[in-house]
Amino acid sequence: MPKLTDGCVKPVKGPLLEGDSAPFSAGSAAVQEVKKVLAKVGKEAIDFEASAFVAGKGFKPVKLSDYKGKWIVVCFYPGDFTYV
Amino acid sequence: MAAVAALYDEFKALNVEVLSLSTDSRFVHKIWQEEELSKMLEGGVPFPMLSDSGGKIGTVYGVYDEAAGVDIRGRFIIDPDFVVRAMEVLTPEVGRNPKELLRQIKAFQHVVETGEVTPSGWEPGDKTLTPGPDLVGKVWEVWKP
Repeated sequence: MPKLTDGCVKPVKGPLLEGDSAPFSAGSAAVQEVKKVLAKVGKEAIDFEASAFVAGKGFKPVKLSDYKGKWIVVCFYPGDFTYV
Repeated sequence: MAAVAALYDEFKALNVEVLSLSTDSRFVHKIWQEEELSKMLEGGVPFPMLSDSGGKIGTVYGVYDEAAGVDIRGRFIIDPDFVVRAMEVLTPEVGRNPKELLRQIKAFQHVVETGEVTPSGWEPGDKTLTPGPDLVGKVWEVWKP
């Protein structure tokens, strides 16, 4: 595995919504407060970016729209080390 | 997640990318992979494990439980045009069925490729329907549950 380099704290990008020309700038706190459910079947997916752990690669940011053109499965789950 | 990972070759064969998200940090994902998942199955989870710190992504996808501060079990199928095709959301106690997820992906891929529609419980090789005026009121002739 390549050597992992990383900082302790990184800004959370989260959902990338249209009209957000600058989703975040380093050091700024909560940039977007989204309380609404926007994902709907038959509608365009809401893009997002988050930091990820990838086996064999280490830590890297992953953006949903980088996978455009492929079928994508997005799975949410309550937490690591839980039971089911 | 390990159950999905165990079928990863099948997802790959269908040209499907899998992303998992929880509110855990990337650090916790790493240790979970090393300490537990890699012992459940060889290689552990091969797809990216994303950190939805603060639940912002879960919120727009309708799966963030604010009281508990976690994303509940929700899975979404997104097609190559970036359109959400399916969603399934469960309260946390019940795990999902990755085989049903694969079935749905195969059905959606078939529908996109052929313009046909797939009846309930369709599996590859089963009869499909071609929607049109001639089929109205005649589905019973070609398909029964």
